Amino acid sequence: MVTGVLEDRLVVVLPFMVLLLPLAGFIVLCLFGDAIRRHGESRGAGILACVTVLASFGLSVWSVIHLLALVGGKDGLRFSQPYLGVEWMEAGGFRVPLSLLLDALSAVMILVVTGVGGLIHVYSLGYMAHDADNVRYFSYLNLFTFFMLLLVLGGNLPLMFVGWEGVGLCSYLLIGFWFKKQSASDAGKKAFIVNRIGDAGLILGMILAYHAFGSLDLVEIADNAGSLAPEALGQFGAVTAVCLLLFVGACGKSAQIPLHVWLPDAMEGPTPVSALIHAATMVTAGVYMVARLAPLYTRSATALLVVATIGAATALMAATIALVQTDIKRVLAYSTISQLGYMFLACGVGAFGVAVFHLFTHAFFKALLFLGSGSVIHALSGEQDMRRMGGLRRLIPWTFATFLVGTLAIAGIYPLAGFFSKDAILASALGKYGNAFFAVGLLTALLTAFYMSRLLFLTFFGAYRGREHHVHESPPSMLVPLVILAVGSAVGGFVEIPRFVQPVFRLGAHEEGHHAWLPWVASLTAIAGIAAAYYLYVMYTELPARLAAAMRGAYRVLERKYGFDDLYDWVTRRVVVDGSRTVLWEGLDVSVIDTAVNGTGAAFRALARGSRTLQTGLVRGYALVMLGGAVALVTYLLWVR
Amino acid sequence: MSADLVQPALVLSLVLFVVGALGVFLRRNIITVFMCVELMLNAVNLAFIAFSRARGTLDGQVLVFFVLTVAAAEAAVGLAIIIALHRGQDTLDVDAFRILKW
Repeated sequence: MVTGVLEDRLVVVLPFMVLLLPLAGFIVLCLFGDAIRRHGESRGAGILACVTVLASFGLSVWSVIHLLALVGGKDGLRFSQPYLGVEWMEAGGFRVPLSLLLDALSAVMILVVTGVGGLIHVYSLGYMAHDADNVRYFSYLNLFTFFMLLLVLGGNLPLMFVGWEGVGLCSYLLIGFWFKKQSASDAGKKAFIVNRIGDAGLILGMILAYHAFGSLDLVEIADNAGSLAPEALGQFGAVTAVCLLLFVGACGKSAQIPLHVWLPDAMEGPTPVSALIHAATMVTAGVYMVARLAPLYTRSATALLVVATIGAATALMAATIALVQTDIKRVLAYSTISQLGYMFLACGVGAFGVAVFHLFTHAFFKALLFLGSGSVIHALSGEQDMRRMGGLRRLIPWTFATFLVGTLAIAGIYPLAGFFSKDAILASALGKYGNAFFAVGLLTALLTAFYMSRLLFLTFFGAYRGREHHVHESPPSMLVPLVILAVGSAVGGFVEIPRFVQPVFRLGAHEEGHHAWLPWVASLTAIAGIAAAYYLYVMYTELPARLAAAMRGAYRVLERKYGFDDLYDWVTRRVVVDGSRTVLWEGLDVSVIDTAVNGTGAAFRALARGSRTLQTGLVRGYALVMLGGAVALVTYLLWVR
Repeated sequence: MSADLVQPALVLSLVLFVVGALGVFLRRNIITVFMCVELMLNAVNLAFIAFSRARGTLDGQVLVFFVLTVAAAEAAVGLAIIIALHRGQDTLDVDAFRILKW
């Protein structure tokens, strides 16, 4: 009995501890950061940050074990809503309690955030060892972990939104971490502003959701969604409007067309940041939100189609751009955008569990690839251009081995993680919407295998083309996380995430189409991509340049990234700035409003100039006028009237 | 005042009023102007008394009391203003005081 009470309290307290530990780390580093640095203990600051996040990971594991011990409800859904009795705000019938939600979905997310995040913290110890400002770096990293946990643990939309904005802030701070570099601070601002555009949609969606459903609590929304009338394709009711508005927010955060432009630039930040925020965790927040509101999205055919279309278009577009990038981190950035598109594609065809599965495996292999690229950059003392790499596989063998695992995982080679999640997405897309999304998915898989192998071959094979001669393997604090992530990328696919999270979506049992031929097709596609890359970048290395010259037009389009940046540049410069100057300022303000205001003044001045001559200052004159007035009045009263 | 004196009283009132008005318009000494204003007031008072007599009511006489009160107050304030003006400009010419203009 006593243990039972204790167990219950733990379910309430543990998630809060998971959440607040990184915040405590941030507060300590924030208040005592200067003192720590003065004592030359910046390494201690990093270790403190690692300890808080790793402890948070331990508590996450513990709370997930407690969660699994709970009695499952209908559909086998187990969840707890830890609540310490504190309201964030309360006004009339509207209340936002500080309550969390721990279910299968948030369990997966907190394990990824604290697990992968913890490894990246450890990696940062080595990567940022030589940076004078690493206390600030680790405090941001801790703050980010806190907000990300709040995002995935928040029990209602406003609380999730706080985490959502918080990770946006930390993303901005960390992209612009080297703020003395113009391009870094520009990239930070770009990320922040583009995210604000998406957040506007998110806020509107939340307001509309409260208006339409009367609640912002995630569990209540999910429970009540089943009783809402389904909205057919082309029918724009409340559910569709809410879903689409929230999806605008998801597009901003998860870098989907047309708000994807910030993510490639975000690579200006330190590489572990790219791995943590811009690959494994924050950018998947949009996928998390759509999956979290799956009961709502499944009510609207339009919203699902939009999600799938945007996802598929983004997956294909980003994969094609990645073909021509030469910066190692930018290839990975476009790859991330493409994989996020893949996840949205899965959501759009109704396979939310599969989307979370891909999110899970992607967190491993993409974090691994980013950290591996960071190790390469570290080895080459800051070189990021793949044209000046090559032949590194003998010089940095550990990095190469782990990177190879990551590449094969993302390409979808059995039995690595990417194979399972990608295969599941393709299986879900098969037979839906006339197989259009399946075709796009398969093509993207081919491109993914190709550009990732291209990256691998350009970096690690052939002859060394760089100038840096002191190529060195990274320290153990960087290699250990790489190895652990490589193991995760290798075996992560055997975790049955879709079956685990399925109850959260209230969709009934997960039925996965079984097609014996599909894994073979997917594997052959991946092998074809790798073989093509091998042919072009190892065997006949002069071919790519000839190909590029032969397909000048297409190459230019890809190099210009389909002109999104140019378009936005044109819109802001020509339409917004120039339009404001010529039309709004010179046209409307100067010629209409100023003329009206000044004209009113001038008219009254002219009137006054005429009438003030009446005032002579001669008292007798005034008296005469008075007399005249009196005579006129009396005359009128006596005779005229 | 018997009833047949009403008309002569009104004529006298008219004469006094015209004399007062002419004084206000034509004289330049401010004290004379001031006295002429008083004259006009008293001319009107006389007219009120005459009408009161003619109509056999007390309304006109009541009004006279009001006019007398106002005239007393006006005399006090007016004389004070005249003294202040004389101190400032060292003259009593009405036309000299014309700074309040555009």
